[in-house]
Amino acid sequence: MADGEAIVAEGLTRRFGDRYALRGIDLRVPTGSVLGLLGPNGAGKTTTVRILSTLLRADEGRATVAGRDVHDEPAAVRARIGLSGQYAAADERLTARENLYLVSRLYGMSRKTARRHATELLERFALTEAADRTSGGFSGGMRRRLDLAGALVSRPTVVFLDEPTTGLDPRGRADTWRAVEELVADGTTVLLTTQYLEEADHLADSIAVIDHGTVIAHGTASELKAAVGGERITITPIDQAARASVAEALTDLGHHQPDIDSRTGTVTVVTDRGAGALRQALEALAAVRIEVRDVALAPPTLDDVFLALTGNSQRPAAESAPPPAVAAPEDGSERSVQPGNGQLVRARGRRRKGAHAWRP
Amino acid sequence: MAALSFAPDPASGSVRTVRDGLIIAWRNLVNLRRTPGAVITALVQPLMFVLLLAYVFGGSLGGDEYRTFLIGGIFAQAVTFNASFTAIGLAGDMDRGMVDRFRALPMPRGSVILGRTLSDLTMNAVTLTVTSLCGLLIGWRVEGTFTEAAAGYLLVLLFAFAMSWVGATIGLLARSVEVAQSAGLIWLFPVTFVSGAFVSINSMPGPLRVVAEWNPVSATATAARSLFGNQAPATVAPPESWPVQHATVYALLCALAVIAVFMPLAVSRYRRIAHG
Repeated sequence: MADGEAIVAEGLTRRFGDRYALRGIDLRVPTGSVLGLLGPNGAGKTTTVRILSTLLRADEGRATVAGRDVHDEPAAVRARIGLSGQYAAADERLTARENLYLVSRLYGMSRKTARRHATELLERFALTEAADRTSGGFSGGMRRRLDLAGALVSRPTVVFLDEPTTGLDPRGRADTWRAVEELVADGTTVLLTTQYLEEADHLADSIAVIDHGTVIAHGTASELKAAVGGERITITPIDQAARASVAEALTDLGHHQPDIDSRTGTVTVVTDRGAGALRQALEALAAVRIEVRDVALAPPTLDDVFLALTGNSQRPAAESAPPPAVAAPEDGSERSVQPGNGQLVRARGRRRKGAHAWRP
Repeated sequence: MAALSFAPDPASGSVRTVRDGLIIAWRNLVNLRRTPGAVITALVQPLMFVLLLAYVFGGSLGGDEYRTFLIGGIFAQAVTFNASFTAIGLAGDMDRGMVDRFRALPMPRGSVILGRTLSDLTMNAVTLTVTSLCGLLIGWRVEGTFTEAAAGYLLVLLFAFAMSWVGATIGLLARSVEVAQSAGLIWLFPVTFVSGAFVSINSMPGPLRVVAEWNPVSATATAARSLFGNQAPATVAPPESWPVQHATVYALLCALAVIAVFMPLAVSRYRRIAHG
């Protein structure tokens, strides 16, 4: 075991009845870094987190967290980790203050220390005003901040965040992201699971893509993006018959031939030149006098990652459709990362509609 | 690095279990205070039985004498029924992710169940108080000494604590509130009614009479009556068998035996949740 690695997992396997949830997961997370575990529902993300946080035993394989074996020394692991997830939630009938006091007491603190500690955490997570309201009435973002505060009560060296932003509105997501960033700045090792490529991109030092219970790709965000091939520009011409001409006009923009979707009447081209390519595309179309109904620039989605990594897209559908378009780019060059796009969805027609969609 | 260190101290395992159990009990009681509906149900149910049995059945079973006799039986029955609250409470904690929250903390395994049974013991004390007041209104009196009466209440509470561990085991096996609600309730009717809690065991057919004689609910009811100095009217006189003659000792042994069996069962069930 290396001092430099806060989480090491080797060949984790777990079955539920006949179904394999994990088929040999290998992970290595350097101390003080953030690993994003990226995958669709049912890929094995939560099972992995539950095994690493000692809530569930692996059938095979071994794992150490903060230098302790999760199977042999679960109590030592629990004393060193923080866990936040939908299944390790705050008590809805307790106030925010009571929740944090409860967890502090259960970590062995005296009444006085626990009270003081709860007050500090409430301040840190901007919950002071809501401190004495029961958490059942909290907004999604406040709930997650409280969950997060609960995970940090013991000042853990390793923190697991299972889908910290799933189901949150954009503002709640932005709040949660900020809280995670602060945590990372403190040098805590974080493993977070997510369905959103942007989220992993924004928060994680490295990303492990997990599917059907195995890690199918592991690397930095830019390495993964290179594998997927940059952003997608999707053009919908007013005249459906002009699709071929659109594709021709856009050929120079990407590495591959533009993809024509005859069902939705759109043409998609993959580019790695971002918003600059969008301007070029519109100029190229104007030059050949093609009128455009809709233009969208979207980052690669998780679906694109899967298409690129597995060569097929036999993926279970995500629970919900992507949130509506969030914002136009603030300027022409820098793509701002908005929570909400890039969620895995099956419908090809909708897939390209992320942020940055607007009508010219 | 961590300014606070919370590595559990293995030498003080049982002290930690009780300490953390009391913290969990505090949390459960705060929860209960904010869901008055559940508390009201726990109080209305024994009152309903008192009034039904005292005035619907009471007239044909001995009138005023029967009403005095009845209260000891209601005590035993009410605290047995309260075991279903333990089952539903623990199943609810599992449903709502609280058990996972607790299991991810470095706390002893038994604390969550101990905390639940302790908070339900408090509920049982409230149930007994309200039932006693209702009993006083319908003519029940403590006729023995203060010490004996106190011993009677303590015995019923010990039995309540024991039955709570049965409820805990059922709740942990059920793992969902819906299952716990039906499974936690259905066994209570035969267990409390095939007993001498409300009627004479003598009137029951052979095999049922043996079950009722040895039923811990009968023993607890009989022991409570004798400690409160309440005589059984001729209509519901108990048989002259060993468990009736030695009701207090037998009730005490039953409560301890139930705890000895169901405490480890519940804790091992809680541990096994980790295996999926």
